[in-house]
Amino acid sequence: MSLCTHKVSLQLAGIPLLGDIDIDVRPGQITTILGPNGAGKTSLLRVLVGELSPQSGLVSLNGREIRKWSAQQRARSLAVLPQHSLLDFPFTAQEVVMLGRTPHQTGFAHDRDIVAQALKSVDGDYLAQRIYTQLSGGEKQRVHLARVLAQIWEPSSEGERYLILDEPTSSFDLAHQQLTLQVVRHLANKGVGVLMVIHDLNLAARCSDQMMLMQCGRIVVSGMPHEVLRQDIITQVFQVDATIGTHPVSGTPLVIT
Amino acid sequence: MRLIRPSTLLLTLSVTLVPLVLLALMTGPVLISPAGLAGAVAGLFGVPDSAAATQEGLILFSIRLPRVLLAGFVGVSLAVCGAAMQGLFRNPLADPSLIGVSSGASAGASLMIVLGGGVLLQGGQFAGLSMVALGAFCGGFLAVVLVYRLATSSTGTSVATMLLAGIAISALAGALNSLFAFVADDEMLRRISLWQMGSLDAANWPRVWIAAAAVVLVMSLIPRDAAALNAFLLGESEARHLGIAVDVVKRRLILLTAMAIGISVAVAGTIAFVGLVVPHMVRLLIGTDHRYLIPASALAGAILLIVADATARVVGAPAELPAGILTALLGAPFFFSLLAQGRKEGVA
Repeated sequence: MSLCTHKVSLQLAGIPLLGDIDIDVRPGQITTILGPNGAGKTSLLRVLVGELSPQSGLVSLNGREIRKWSAQQRARSLAVLPQHSLLDFPFTAQEVVMLGRTPHQTGFAHDRDIVAQALKSVDGDYLAQRIYTQLSGGEKQRVHLARVLAQIWEPSSEGERYLILDEPTSSFDLAHQQLTLQVVRHLANKGVGVLMVIHDLNLAARCSDQMMLMQCGRIVVSGMPHEVLRQDIITQVFQVDATIGTHPVSGTPLVIT
Repeated sequence: MRLIRPSTLLLTLSVTLVPLVLLALMTGPVLISPAGLAGAVAGLFGVPDSAAATQEGLILFSIRLPRVLLAGFVGVSLAVCGAAMQGLFRNPLADPSLIGVSSGASAGASLMIVLGGGVLLQGGQFAGLSMVALGAFCGGFLAVVLVYRLATSSTGTSVATMLLAGIAISALAGALNSLFAFVADDEMLRRISLWQMGSLDAANWPRVWIAAAAVVLVMSLIPRDAAALNAFLLGESEARHLGIAVDVVKRRLILLTAMAIGISVAVAGTIAFVGLVVPHMVRLLIGTDHRYLIPASALAGAILLIVADATARVVGAPAELPAGILTALLGAPFFFSLLAQGRKEGVA
């Protein structure tokens, strides 16, 4: 049971975007995808959630092909946090988080409790009654994080749960970056499979169980942080000189550029 | 944060609607007293009555009541479809005319008026009128189908393309409309321009039943998509991630809107402003949740159009103003005050 791809290749308008991608997002683990701009990270996410159909290869969620799930069933076990949100209507923050309960029929009172807990877990309980459109960028992003948490808050009848996050920390200050990683780790400890696209190599090194480095639509290397974050690889993929140290507290690799 | 609670607004609107309907029934070139109204209703149940009451009963049941009901039903269709389109397009300034239905209907109606003057009107005034209504419905529906087809490809329906296609089809229909107006004689021209202002003076029972059918369809189907419309506001891919069958919902809402607005335009002409501003006003008052927005818009749309039509009957008596002018005249100041207040509270 996992969210995985097997030999996935994708072309859009004749341009190859992904080639031979094998990835396995396992329940209880944090998998991160790294790579320079245009490496195909977002395309890979869109294939994984069934938004784009690959020309060849297989994408499966809990052992069943992703396109065969109904939208509602899929949404009960797979939540996605996009990089940007288009929302521009004056919902309250609480109502936005409540949208995460859309695929479930668990009753209003129960959903309201989950919404309150989800907001609290992202340090956002004070936002509940505020109007979404008046929040700061970081606050909005936390509200959306709470929304996807609410979506997969409880074990699903459709099998293991997964959360996909596209650069979740990009608009956060240091404290909220740490908070996000704690929230995500806590989720993984509850058995959720987490897949994150992230640009900050050191943040990724701190939180990943499994890392994948992408370049030009292919996975260059994957494995534990110390297997992926090597000087020669960083130089080859990102085309910058880098020194690899060790984090004095956590002992994870530290990329110094 | 919100100006009022959703339940309070729903209750207020429902309570206001009843006396307003009664008031609208009594208002017109012939004023009917509350006693006359009661007498006519009693007459309906077979209570023997005087000749005066019978005359009032005639006015009430064959003129006023169909007209008030028609105003209410058209108001519901316009406002609810407006709310659905604003949700679908994620734009608080969208309205059903965006997908071409109003301009298509205008062109269809103008064509029928121009043709009717030459060939079809020999059959009598009533036949000419219903041909115009039919032309409006077909024109409106055809325009929406074209817009939808233009925006739909193998990858789904693009809302952005639909917006552009709507503009293009509206421009085309507008050009046709001008062409028909150009070849029309003075009498037809006046009918075309009166028709475009929108008026309920052609109300009769068959029209009421048609409009009622549209309301039944709209009110039994669109509220079921309230949760989907809420999710739509996040964007289409997020709605999909939340388990919404996006393309199915989109097609259903577009078809329902084409049908309901096509019927509204056919029976009452193009009544602007209701579809745009009613949902917007309601949103300023109670927020964006479509589970409340849709029923509250329905009630507010009915009220606005009933009041506008009753006013249209008295201000210029014995002549009548087109109701479409009055919806804008009555609604706009209210809208301005809400905008100003919303700005102060920071929700607009």
